[in-house]
Amino acid sequence: MSDPSKEWPLWEVFIRGKGGLSHRHAGSVHAADAKMALEHARDTYTRRMEGVSLWVLPSAQIVSSDPGDAAALFEPAEDKVYRHPTFYKIPDGITHI
Amino acid sequence: MDALATYALRLGDDSLILGQRLGEWCGHAPALEVDLSLTNVALDQVGQATHFLGLAGAIENAGRDADALAFRRDVMDFTNCLLVEQPNGDFAQTIARQFLFSHYQALLFEQMARVKDERFAAIAAKALKEVSYHATLASDWVVRLGDGTEESKARMVAGLDWMWRFADELFVMDDVDAAAIAAGAGVDKSALRAEWDARIDAVLADATLARPASRRPVLGGRAGHHSEHLGHLLSDMQFLQRAYPDATW
Repeated sequence: MSDPSKEWPLWEVFIRGKGGLSHRHAGSVHAADAKMALEHARDTYTRRMEGVSLWVLPSAQIVSSDPGDAAALFEPAEDKVYRHPTFYKIPDGITHI
Repeated sequence: MDALATYALRLGDDSLILGQRLGEWCGHAPALEVDLSLTNVALDQVGQATHFLGLAGAIENAGRDADALAFRRDVMDFTNCLLVEQPNGDFAQTIARQFLFSHYQALLFEQMARVKDERFAAIAAKALKEVSYHATLASDWVVRLGDGTEESKARMVAGLDWMWRFADELFVMDDVDAAAIAAGAGVDKSALRAEWDARIDAVLADATLARPASRRPVLGGRAGHHSEHLGHLLSDMQFLQRAYPDATW
């Protein structure tokens, strides 16, 4: 028998942990269609109450940056320390910052 | 065991045996993701069994807990319907069994969640969310396989053909059901049939599958008259407690 996990396309899975938080990448599943991908994502990644919402999208649809361009893309930010809001005092008791 | 305890026992046995059957797929499913799907359903069923068998033991009040009922009864004492003990066969046959049974369970628990007896209502309300997902999962696979390739369709037809004769037993009413209804715990299963037929037919139409022809129903599970398959299942499931009674680890 052929191996379905090699024939089925890959889907990226994103989970919203709880209301108010954004979806975060959790991993990927193999599935033949979008509905199966959602069911596989639910069965694979939310068994321990990890989430309240799921996104799946075909991995092939992701456009990623070229690692060869990393120097031009990311290194110019290295000496722009003033872009970090680290010069403010954060009051005690503020969370999620 | 009185009628109400027997009623809880039947519910527990249905879930327990199906959970054990599905567990046999662990490590053997066609894909890792499907392996997790099937074993998730299995664990939901085992959870339901724990609740219903625990309730049966509590009503019986003879010192037997859920474990005692699961692991220390012989095959003739099991009251599950014949459908859930049917062998897994191929993936399509397993899906056929799940499809027929999960739609029945969803309709049953929808009603049971509203009965007066809070013990039954509470278990049913929790289980309803689980079995609703099982029904969706199984229906999606019936459509995918039925409306898929020539081979997947042939397998889906064969799987439904195997399971179909055991569907009627789900809706059979007897004295135990009547007593449970009178006690404010039971559901009139015969009244669920029309809606079950409608849901099954809608999915089959979606799957471009014909409804299997009506056949002489096979009955007897509630009275302990089981197929040869159940004994083999129990020999696996009960081995440890029979070989090493009260073993803990």
